[in-house]
Amino acid sequence: MSELSELYQQVILDHNKKPRNFKKLETANRHADGLNPLCGDQLTVYMQLEDERIADVSFEGSGCAISKASASMMTQSVKGKTREEVETLFSEFHRMVTGELDEEATPNNLGRLTIFAGVREFPARVKCASLSWHTLHAALSGEDTTTTENLGPDITSDQVSA
Amino acid sequence: MSGEKQGGGAAESLATWDVARVRADFPVLGQTVNGKPLVYLDNAASSQVPQVVIDRGSRYLREEHSNIHRGVHYLSQRATTAYEGAREKVRRFINARESRECIFVRGCTEGINLVMHGYGRKFVSEGDEIIVSAMEHHANIVPWQMLCEERGARLRVIPMNDAGELLLDEYDALLNERTKLVCVMHVSNALGTINPVKEIVARAHKQGVPVLVDGAQGAPHLPIDVQDLDADFYIISGHKMFAPTGSGVVYGKAELLERMNPFLGGGDMIRTVTFEKTTYAGLPNKFEAGTPAIASQIGLGAAIDYLNGLDRAAAHAYEHDLLAYATEKLSEIEGVRIIGTAREKVGALSFIIKDVHPHDVGTILDQEGIAIRAGHHCAQPLMKRFDVPATARASFSFYNTKEEIDTLASAVQKVIEVFS
Repeated sequence: MSELSELYQQVILDHNKKPRNFKKLETANRHADGLNPLCGDQLTVYMQLEDERIADVSFEGSGCAISKASASMMTQSVKGKTREEVETLFSEFHRMVTGELDEEATPNNLGRLTIFAGVREFPARVKCASLSWHTLHAALSGEDTTTTENLGPDITSDQVSA
Repeated sequence: MSGEKQGGGAAESLATWDVARVRADFPVLGQTVNGKPLVYLDNAASSQVPQVVIDRGSRYLREEHSNIHRGVHYLSQRATTAYEGAREKVRRFINARESRECIFVRGCTEGINLVMHGYGRKFVSEGDEIIVSAMEHHANIVPWQMLCEERGARLRVIPMNDAGELLLDEYDALLNERTKLVCVMHVSNALGTINPVKEIVARAHKQGVPVLVDGAQGAPHLPIDVQDLDADFYIISGHKMFAPTGSGVVYGKAELLERMNPFLGGGDMIRTVTFEKTTYAGLPNKFEAGTPAIASQIGLGAAIDYLNGLDRAAAHAYEHDLLAYATEKLSEIEGVRIIGTAREKVGALSFIIKDVHPHDVGTILDQEGIAIRAGHHCAQPLMKRFDVPATARASFSFYNTKEEIDTLASAVQKVIEVFS
């Protein structure tokens, strides 16, 4: 059960139960819908972008504990950050959950988000953790929708070698 | 144990069902997953393959492989004989009048699309109506929706009650002179409901409307007699009835198949080809363009042989008992809600756990070695009907055991503990 308790850590369960910034953002000037058609997870990310900085951000939607907690913690992490900082974080997060980035060996900006490193042991769940990030990225890029099928497979390095 | 044979009906069948012996026929079941014995409860998605089917497929590949219907040479004739032999086995299995009424396809999805293109595009035009049911799999919704969009036709939906049973009075009200086809599933993959397809067919035929039955979940569990059902089309996926993927059947009444357009164009489905005009082959070749999945279809024939070697009445009684046991065990757990409580059910048990998303259920169960399906089961309109985003689904076969269901129940308890 060690991998499992790694995946469902208390912090993740807590964010699932009480997601932060879980609302429609009235001051938003950007938003995007994210959909994972394979499992039906769907969420909307709202963003108030001012001078290339995320002044405020929120999300709404339904999904599993991993996707909800990931979205919740993402909103906390990116609030106040510049577009450039967010893109770096997105890249690091994505590489961590697909097993390309060893968050312990390589310096990074992930901070508390390293709690999602356990997801890479569950290849079927990688997209649950990354859906909100892809949606945030779409909102930043001025797109209004994204679906995980357009993203190519979130394949972990284990899967490639298998 | 001859004394037990004095009992009658289901009780006798239960007593004579030797599940340990049957399990030994399926090599995949013997493995461990995440350090636990595999508990395979995802049979509605794809069933496992018995050794005799694996052996038959590999014997074909080792000794008989060649293209069918082409060569005069020895191997081609052997391959053709085996392939056509499988078709005859299918004919007997579903009691079709003639083997040419059994078209080999890759599975139900391809089969339904074949009927959509061959029958629908020929006979459905603007203002016509096609009836489906509220519980259909996307494979029996989307092709008809595509046809309706193309033709300006209308898709009508038979509603159901909260138990997951179709409302036949509402169905009667939908049937009218514009109805061109009724498309219903025999057994629901998401709910386990057994639909009264014989009655559905009879009511449609009163109005002269043909009926397509999606038999993906029917064929693995129920005896199929297409003449008794009087279905105009009955569609089967081999991989849900112990055969390899890539095997499947469209049964169609010969007179309908004759009048239909071909599906795919290409080799094997023609009589003569010139650049001016092509004439088509007779049944079943008219619908079998290109080289088919020969090994898989031969495997389907072997799976039918395997099923015929079992006491299917006993298997059915055993599955019925398993589902009842699973329903009872899961219902006892606080926070579990069963989705689909029809009086007539087989195979599948959908459930949700309060405040836990089915994907999280699936991942935790997987850690216990239990394979279930979590998601919308390719039936999004059905999920919406029950106002749930998804369900967890355990689906059973005659090789599952009550001990496995106990394992499932305690793993569900564990899920509740993790999320409490």
